[in-house]
Amino acid sequence: MAAPLLRTRALTKEFAGHAVLRGAEVEIRRGEILGVIGENGAGKSTFMKIVAGIYEPSSGHLELEGRPVSFATPSDARRAGVSIVPQEFNLAPDLSVEENVFLGAELVTGRRTLDRSRMRARTLELLAELGASASPGDRIDGLSAAQKQLVEVAKALAFDASLLILDEPTTMLTRREIDRLFVVMRALRARGMALVYVSHKLAEVKAICDRVIVLKDGELVRESPVAEIEPPEMARAMVGRELREIYPPKRSAPGAVALEVRGLSSPGAFEDVSFTAREGEILGFAGLVGAGRTQVAEALMGLRPSSGSVRVAGRDARARTALDAVRSGLGYLSEDRAGSGILPGFAIAENVTLVSLRDYSRLGWLDREKELARAATWRDRFGIKAGDLSAPLESLSGGNQQKVSLAKTLDPAPRVVIVDEPTRGVDVAAKAEIYRFLGELAGRGAAVLLVSSELEEIIGMSDRVLVMREGRIAGELEGTAIQERDIMYLATGLQAAGGIA
Amino acid sequence: MNGALAALRRVEKERYAALAALVVLSGASALLSPFFLQWQNVLNIVRQVSYTGIIALGMTFVIVSGGIDLSVGSMAAFVGSLAVLALDAAIGRGSDQGVAVLVAVATALLAGGACGLGNGLLVTKGRIAPFIVTLGTMALFRSLSLYMANAGEFRSESSLFGELGSSSLLGVPLPALILLLLAAALSLVLTRTRWGRYTRAVGSNARVARYSAIDVDAIRLAAYTLTGAMVGVSAVLIAMRFNSVGSSTLGLNYELDAIAAVIIGGTAMSGGRGSVWGTVIGAVTLGVINNMLNMVGISTYLQGTVKGLVIIGAVFIQRQRQ
Repeated sequence: MAAPLLRTRALTKEFAGHAVLRGAEVEIRRGEILGVIGENGAGKSTFMKIVAGIYEPSSGHLELEGRPVSFATPSDARRAGVSIVPQEFNLAPDLSVEENVFLGAELVTGRRTLDRSRMRARTLELLAELGASASPGDRIDGLSAAQKQLVEVAKALAFDASLLILDEPTTMLTRREIDRLFVVMRALRARGMALVYVSHKLAEVKAICDRVIVLKDGELVRESPVAEIEPPEMARAMVGRELREIYPPKRSAPGAVALEVRGLSSPGAFEDVSFTAREGEILGFAGLVGAGRTQVAEALMGLRPSSGSVRVAGRDARARTALDAVRSGLGYLSEDRAGSGILPGFAIAENVTLVSLRDYSRLGWLDREKELARAATWRDRFGIKAGDLSAPLESLSGGNQQKVSLAKTLDPAPRVVIVDEPTRGVDVAAKAEIYRFLGELAGRGAAVLLVSSELEEIIGMSDRVLVMREGRIAGELEGTAIQERDIMYLATGLQAAGGIA
Repeated sequence: MNGALAALRRVEKERYAALAALVVLSGASALLSPFFLQWQNVLNIVRQVSYTGIIALGMTFVIVSGGIDLSVGSMAAFVGSLAVLALDAAIGRGSDQGVAVLVAVATALLAGGACGLGNGLLVTKGRIAPFIVTLGTMALFRSLSLYMANAGEFRSESSLFGELGSSSLLGVPLPALILLLLAAALSLVLTRTRWGRYTRAVGSNARVARYSAIDVDAIRLAAYTLTGAMVGVSAVLIAMRFNSVGSSTLGLNYELDAIAAVIIGGTAMSGGRGSVWGTVIGAVTLGVINNMLNMVGISTYLQGTVKGLVIIGAVFIQRQRQ
């Protein structure tokens, strides 16, 4: 076996006295794709950021080809051949592909002016190598997510990288684009590069990686050739227990129709969407990113113009504004907590009552005691770890913020609750709790619409699943027919599924 | 409740910072000049800051809701002109002086509210940035006043109108009294009512507010309309003070003073949080600074320099704290 390209020695990182990485010893080898997996907060981002020179370790060091090195900045790492493709694109939208590829490291001529022709030639070469369809002169903001991703890769490769780190590179991509990225990754591996692939999508790790390491609570808990470990075992190593246990038991027969949607359309987003949801039922909405699930939710909530018929408990519930929708008995937990869910600078109690504030005021005058009392009820019910409910929400952890966000959605006591990616960015313990609350919610007779990109979550929680593809409902699955394979067939349109129509 | 007290303390911290600055500044002024603490001088400061202070109360709502209003100074000239025209028209028709004054006050309030509503509609329905809308209406209102008065002034034909301008109640000048009453009321509105909570929510993150079933446009409209009405109150009080309206001079640079008062009072320029009483303290602070500069004999031409530095300094301190 070849000597490792990069080796980490007892790598430890502390933030404010809290160790997020404890003595990690990892080898990264040439001609190999190393998968790095772990729950949120397991330390995988921190690990990679140290390797890429974004963080400096609290103790321990890196060895590059047997020699100790230390990267004070990402440019140091880049000069040494270590590049990272960050999870969030780091591209200037108004600049061209070529300008982005060389941003901050422009090639210059002897007279200190930009050497445009050399940069253009190199960009063309890189794009061709990656099979990207973008041209060097294209502006970034006109490109698809997949093309932007490839520009990020081109940027990372522009200076003879020998180690490329990809941080959750597939979250924004469609199945086809992911396959395309994998072809590129294999080609780079064949050239003798070392690749590190960080992901929580275990099936992808299984498909693309040669070796996998599992981080848990900042420690390396498992290392294995991918050929010898299956995704369920990877999940067990990550979580330390069976994943199935985190879902509440499913419910018995649902009740009356709570929500009836007929021929709902919103130009450019989705067309002719019809379905019903019953009291006491959890109805999953599966599909690829961009299939139109969030847009349907927004249309139901009056946040997006649409046509068609919507009835809640038999009454017309077409909404022009979110207030109309809330009055009709609809509630919505947005997928984008920071962008449209919560106000971090507002008090916890103020966030809880944001939607239902009318219930806490008389003639516009607020009853703050009543607000605090209700917030305390939610704190107890959801186990929100907060001492002072008048403290700003930003003082809470992500999981607790999400519980507050859910409390906000549920405080007006909606009959139909749409939860969009309800467990995004929360740790596994909070996840299990949120699943339990959703189960209880349905148990008390609410109709719960669960929009999620996590198939396990859809399968574990839903009584019935609608699969959307390209703005239409592609099919419906119920009970034991809710299988990962069938959902993927419907979501990608590769094969007609044998579900219950 | 302990929680409520803690919240109060947090909200008040910025107001106390502004108050502390005011106390230190006043102490320094008192040391620099023995005249500073004389009753007549204090009354003078209070009266001077009241006109822009009243406008700044409305400006607090606009800035907390995430907007800005640059048109308030020009609007004051325009609305003041209309008020005096209405006053004189009423007198011309043989109305009682008291009735004529009421007509003038009502005209100022309604015209101010309407101008503010216009700004608000352009911002919300027109989807134009507040800075641009009010920059445009700033030019527009001033130009209309100049045109109406042919760049001259409108003189009031009511002696009662002018007498009210220099009247006092229990030793407190009328404009200061009105400033305090309005501040007390609007402070309660901002902190204790649903409208106030929504105003902060919209300024904090308009998208979150919209997703939380809040009528964002209505909240923004209300903030601009309120500011217009406050401009109306201020304009009629200034018109009373001079018993006339100078179309080219009234309200000049008031937008600067009003915005400065809001910022010095600790309201976040980015919206989402602020304090009405903080604004009052900010307005008084500006008045004290001007007064001190006058007393130590610094050129009035340099007062703008100091004001500008204070505004920039106040925002800089806000940044550091975040």
